[in-house]
Amino acid sequence: MIKLCATPLDPWQELQSHQATATHLTGQYGATSIFVGTMRDFNQGDAVKGMMLEHYPGMTEKVLANIVATAERQWAMLDCLIVHRIGMVRPDQPIVLVAVWSAHRGDAFDACRAIMEALKSTAPFWKKEQLESNRSRWVNSNSNGYLHANDAM
Amino acid sequence: MSITVHYFASLKERLGRASDNVDFAPDLTVLDVWTLANPDLPLPTAILVAVNMDYVTLTTSVADADTVAFFPPVTGG
Repeated sequence: MIKLCATPLDPWQELQSHQATATHLTGQYGATSIFVGTMRDFNQGDAVKGMMLEHYPGMTEKVLANIVATAERQWAMLDCLIVHRIGMVRPDQPIVLVAVWSAHRGDAFDACRAIMEALKSTAPFWKKEQLESNRSRWVNSNSNGYLHANDAM
Repeated sequence: MSITVHYFASLKERLGRASDNVDFAPDLTVLDVWTLANPDLPLPTAILVAVNMDYVTLTTSVADADTVAFFPPVTGG
């Protein structure tokens, strides 16, 4: 299931609601891998107080569906839930939830990671940051998710 | 008939508009559509393009009534 959400996102409630209705999972899944992306209050050395998330209606859903279909061909997934915020997001608010259910952890871990990285690089969302200084700026690009904070040190 | 053109995010702000309509002509590519819609502005670097909501390249052919979108690198998630 793919959802875009214009109001604050509670990923744990989304997971509970989804799993409560996903009867096809009963007795079948042994692994659930979950990624939650949350807004920081800093970026590139500046304090950030808000972020406007724009998207391309229709293409966003189409790209996300293709990402899930591609992952389903590579890994044995039983179910997938993607929820992504649009509109104004504040620090500490979740931006994105990706959850994958599978029989075994290998498929769940790897598919969840791959879906998240594909979302970051291809789903048509754009962030415009509002800084504490009252300036605003577009985020230019997403970083490589396979790099780590300590890699630059 | 015509081609609908959409712009998003920083590109939309820079152009000061979200969409255009371009008259269809045979043998148009995506890059031709940009040039017809923005005759005085070369296509900025690092712009992504889609036709009918699928990613394409600048040399992709465009059909009548297609929707073409130009936008900067994506930054979701």
